[in-house]
Amino acid sequence: MLNVEGLRKTYTGDGRAVEAIRDLTFTVPDGDLTCLVGPSGCGKTTLLKCIAGLLTPSGGTVTLDGTPVTGPPPGMAVVFQEYGRSLFPWMRVAANVELPLRQKRLPRERRRELVHESLAAVGLADAHAAYPWQLSGGMQQRVAIARAIAYEPRVLLMDEPFAAVDAQTRADLEDLIRGLWQRLGVTVLFVTHDIDEAVYLGRRVLILSSSPTVILEDLPIDLPAERDQLHTRATPRFTELRTHVYQQIQAAKNTVHADR
Amino acid sequence: MRGRLALGLAGLAGFLLILEVIPRLGLVSSRYLPPATEIVGALGRELAETAFWTALRDTLNGWVLGLLIAAVAGIALGLLIGAVPLLRELTASTIEFLRPIPSVALIPLVVVLLGTGLESKLVLVVYAAFWQILVQVLYGVRDVDPVADETARAYGLDRSARIVHVLWPTALPFVMTGLRLAAAVALILCVTGELVIGAPGLGTRIAIAQTSGAVADMYALIVVTGLLGVAINVGARAVERRALRWHQSVRSEAAV
Amino acid sequence: MRVLKWTALPVVLIAIWWFATAGSEEFYVPPLQTIIESAPDVWTLDRLRADVLPSLLRLLAGFTLALIIGIALGVLIGGRPRVRATVEPVLEFLRAIPPPVLVPVIMLFAGIGDGMKVLVIVSGCVWPILLNAVEGVRAVDGVLTETARSYGLTGPARLWRLTLPAAGPQIVAGARQALSVAIILMVISEMFAASSGIGFTIVEFQRSFAIPEMWTGIIVLGLLGVLLSGLFRLAETAILGWYHGLRRAQKG
Ligand SMILES: Nc1ncnc2c1ncn2[C@@H]1O[C@H](COP(=O)(O)OP(=O)(O)O)[C@@H](O)[C@H]1O
Ligand SMILES: [Mg+2]
Repeated sequence: MLNVEGLRKTYTGDGRAVEAIRDLTFTVPDGDLTCLVGPSGCGKTTLLKCIAGLLTPSGGTVTLDGTPVTGPPPGMAVVFQEYGRSLFPWMRVAANVELPLRQKRLPRERRRELVHESLAAVGLADAHAAYPWQLSGGMQQRVAIARAIAYEPRVLLMDEPFAAVDAQTRADLEDLIRGLWQRLGVTVLFVTHDIDEAVYLGRRVLILSSSPTVILEDLPIDLPAERDQLHTRATPRFTELRTHVYQQIQAAKNTVHADR
Repeated sequence: MRGRLALGLAGLAGFLLILEVIPRLGLVSSRYLPPATEIVGALGRELAETAFWTALRDTLNGWVLGLLIAAVAGIALGLLIGAVPLLRELTASTIEFLRPIPSVALIPLVVVLLGTGLESKLVLVVYAAFWQILVQVLYGVRDVDPVADETARAYGLDRSARIVHVLWPTALPFVMTGLRLAAAVALILCVTGELVIGAPGLGTRIAIAQTSGAVADMYALIVVTGLLGVAINVGARAVERRALRWHQSVRSEAAV
Repeated sequence: MRVLKWTALPVVLIAIWWFATAGSEEFYVPPLQTIIESAPDVWTLDRLRADVLPSLLRLLAGFTLALIIGIALGVLIGGRPRVRATVEPVLEFLRAIPPPVLVPVIMLFAGIGDGMKVLVIVSGCVWPILLNAVEGVRAVDGVLTETARSYGLTGPARLWRLTLPAAGPQIVAGARQALSVAIILMVISEMFAASSGIGFTIVEFQRSFAIPEMWTGIIVLGLLGVLLSGLFRLAETAILGWYHGLRRAQKG
């Protein structure tokens, strides 16, 4: 179980302070798929990096299964938004996926197995020997996802992983993520600024306000577990939910404007 | 920014302190490495001598002239070769072959042909600096956007107009890089020529100081060449940055 | 066709040289024919072993040492912003000193033996490598660094799989500059004080007015430069194949 308790983060530097996150508290139960949605610049990346142990919060705590997170915890994998930059350009695809497994000191046989399985799972069984920069953007992001699932994490953090891929690829990747989540039973925390994506993917959506950030609502998504791009998105319930999220975010924006 | 500056100054002070302390403690004989204060003293003495200033002027003369000749030749030939594809293909192998020839290989030749004066030094400087510039200009020309060139062609610009309006602006940042590299290399070869051939300049003065056992003076002169090098690097980088800013549009496309 | 374009100009140039100097009365510019004819007598196997090989070995030793020192220090300094800010001005100064002036200094310390020459080469070559390594290590992509951290890549693995490859293109650029400095210093240190070596041999020919032999020496030195830069390029292609591919892919 992932626990975020009173989390605050203020960036200081260059003589000015930016309050990115004001006060966030939530938990993600094991095996859940939680989507975090909020406008650009509201501190989603900041939050994710605090959870991943890549940033030290200014206040509050993050605990994973009761252990406070002070550095990158084992058993957690991160997929970054900048797919082009998160793959090692000097390693071929297979080596990129294998690298964290070497770090875990898995035996060679097991590593090969995991690399094969995970690349096949994201539909890149043929791309082992390619360099990342020889692939399209969507394929690169799939390599990053394959690397994350090969790591067999208990928690998978994803930071707007599909923000920069084209619409068709994006739909495919969304289904890929849901499929993987259902099969592997990992805990997924998925960050996005896209309301439709959050509602379509999540079992639950946390709506964030704009900066300085608080949680506006913790919304369970009561859509059926079996979802598909065509029908789920056409159901009235889907429309209701996304309208609701949309209104929440709009309202938050307006109150922030009124404050100023 | 202020913090960086302070740290940098602290670093320099520490460096001087180490230079002072090592010979004072006898870790290294002061006959080999005089304390920093003595080097500074020798520097003061040098600055008071006219011969020093003549030497400095000779060195700078060689550097400026050599760089100028190399720049004019390198840019002109580079644009010419770059603008004519056939010429580019024909010269490629020759350039590849001549460029890595170390210009110090020419030292004995220039000595017997030209003696030990300014000309000898100039040949070394020009030879070394020329390739740096030529190669960069050729890179720059290769970077020309074919669409821009075709557009210019479609609007009926002739070859010389295309050189002025398409080729040159694209190549300019590369030319600047070439000049920066060439400026540094030119100084190296200038001082080398003086040191080895005996052409008048700081290098010769260093050689004289060495043979006459004036160790502190030798170090002081080396410091002067180093400061000269720093000035050239800093100046060249500033010029380059200006040229790049001037050509933001070009760079932001070429970069990534 | 390609072969023709590749060889045409060199052939023409050599032909011009040949005919322009044929029957040359000029003492210092002997006919190319004379130069070529004297080459086999001068560059015998013995001479290659006695003069060229030691020069090359010293070059190799100095360059390799400079690479090791430069990269090691570069990694140490590049990853620490405060250390970098502190030492950078000193390094910029040391880099800016024209390397040949270090020859007399190092002769003071190390005499005129092999050690001196290797030391001269190291002391001139290390700066471009070091400063480029510092810059390369500093500029490692932030997303890659965070990826490495979150997958627990630390210690030697981080060095070999993240830091060094990421700084590789910069380091190679520095090494290329260093190689040409190394050749200069190899020759200069031998011209200054030596009893063997290719630089020494050429100067000896010049001083004894053995002009055609001197010309052959210059040509051999030139060929050496070409050979070394060719070898460097091979190594670069092997090490930085990924980088050149990446650049091409980005240019589209
Ligand atoms: N390293 C940093 N230094 C200072 N401010 C930052 C830094 N990173 C992010 N910020 C600021 O924090 C806020 C939240 O940023 P971020 O977490 O990237 O938002 P999001 O991912 O939701 O778009 C923004 O106002 C941003 O400008
Ligand atoms: Mg973000």
